[in-house]
Amino acid sequence: MTRPAKRVPYDAVVIGVSAGGLHALRVILPRLPKNFPVPVVVVQHRGAESDGFFAHYLDQRCLVQVKEAEEKEEAAPGTVYLAPANYHLLLEDDRTFSLTLESRVRFARPSIDVLFESAADVYGAKLIGIILTGANDDGSRGLAAIKKRGGLAVVQSPADAEVDTMPKAALQAAKVDFVLPLAAIGQFLANLYEE
Amino acid sequence: MINETDDSKEVEDLEIALLLEGMFKRYGYDFRDYSLAHLRRRLRHRMESSLLPDMGAMLHRVLHDRSFFELLLRDLSINVTEMFRDPDIYLRIRTEVVSRLKTYPFVKIWHAGCATGEEVYSMAILLHEEGLLERCQIYATDFNQIALKKAKAGIYALDHIRQFTANYQKSGGRESFSDYYTADDHSVILKNWLKKRIVFADHNLVTDSVFSEMQLVVCRNVLIYFNRDLQNRIFQTFYESLCPGGFLWLGSKESLRLSPLDKHFDPLFPEEKIYKREL
Repeated sequence: MTRPAKRVPYDAVVIGVSAGGLHALRVILPRLPKNFPVPVVVVQHRGAESDGFFAHYLDQRCLVQVKEAEEKEEAAPGTVYLAPANYHLLLEDDRTFSLTLESRVRFARPSIDVLFESAADVYGAKLIGIILTGANDDGSRGLAAIKKRGGLAVVQSPADAEVDTMPKAALQAAKVDFVLPLAAIGQFLANLYEE
Repeated sequence: MINETDDSKEVEDLEIALLLEGMFKRYGYDFRDYSLAHLRRRLRHRMESSLLPDMGAMLHRVLHDRSFFELLLRDLSINVTEMFRDPDIYLRIRTEVVSRLKTYPFVKIWHAGCATGEEVYSMAILLHEEGLLERCQIYATDFNQIALKKAKAGIYALDHIRQFTANYQKSGGRESFSDYYTADDHSVILKNWLKKRIVFADHNLVTDSVFSEMQLVVCRNVLIYFNRDLQNRIFQTFYESLCPGGFLWLGSKESLRLSPLDKHFDPLFPEEKIYKREL
């Protein structure tokens, strides 16, 4: 029934978002087709006590599966993984997840930089990094690391962002490939993998 | 360009492998089966802070300079903890596990990787309130001597006390939490009697073996730093150190689910990560 997947240009997508994140993800993620051929891994800053509501909420509104990443679980296509509250989320060379309780990185745990830098090590040039709305500069180091390894960098247009600090910081730190409004990012991803 | 970055990663990975090998051979601390993503972060952090050009330079430094090794040891051991961390789970231990422990004439508990000891004292307080402490022996172990020393002292920064107190109350605490400590201007000092059933000991989960038969093993937020092979080895160690029907309590994001040892444990409270060893 399902046609063999087209050879995909990128093996994974990582997304970092802070203030305004629920809305932003609510716009982007429902655009992804059910059989989206690569894993999507998201760090959304949120309170240490935050529970699984966030993943559940998005899962009900998306065609792809949305869940919290579990320790040692393998990152699979067609799935969006959220970093659990209060842990850093990292990717290993065998494409499984690790969690750590290392101190906050620039006030954040989970930290976008931590996820992006580890994903850049694993996926090299076959990684897309996306920075969305947020009120701090987390993610800009990580996006620079992705670029350094030859990956693709996408940033939400500051004018379009609920809070523009994070997109602006990312644009300063890395040579970004695409600056897009929120509404276009989901479609951009879906198109990348279309036959 | 791409080849260059691939090469640099390959070289760095090789340097890290040699560094870990060197630390093991020279000092006996074995990080070779730790999560590589975690190691890369911590080692790069040390490299940058110490202004070293690459991991090769770090290997040289660590082999020749014991104080640098000790610095690295601190970088590689994460001691984030608090009293009654995850209070809901402590409540579950209090209401469901303690009653089962009470059926044993004498109870041995092993806190593996106790870090600075906050959770060990939490357990002692809980057992005291449930009338079981006098029948318990608690072994609290860690490989990090500095953390262990702090654990033994039982002195914590005063700014944590509000969090600790709130956790204690949520965990079903029956007394006034301030009964368990005295405070000065910047610290809380836990009362000495809380220590009388606790033995603090230097023990490395990775290289040392089982030392007694336990009714409960507590190992929370330690295994997340290990790769799958090492995790499985440690699960085997826990299996061997538990009495049949004994309890294993892991961190809230840790699980036996992906391990071959899974079938030898019954998930008593899977959400809370409390398991029961097969009989």
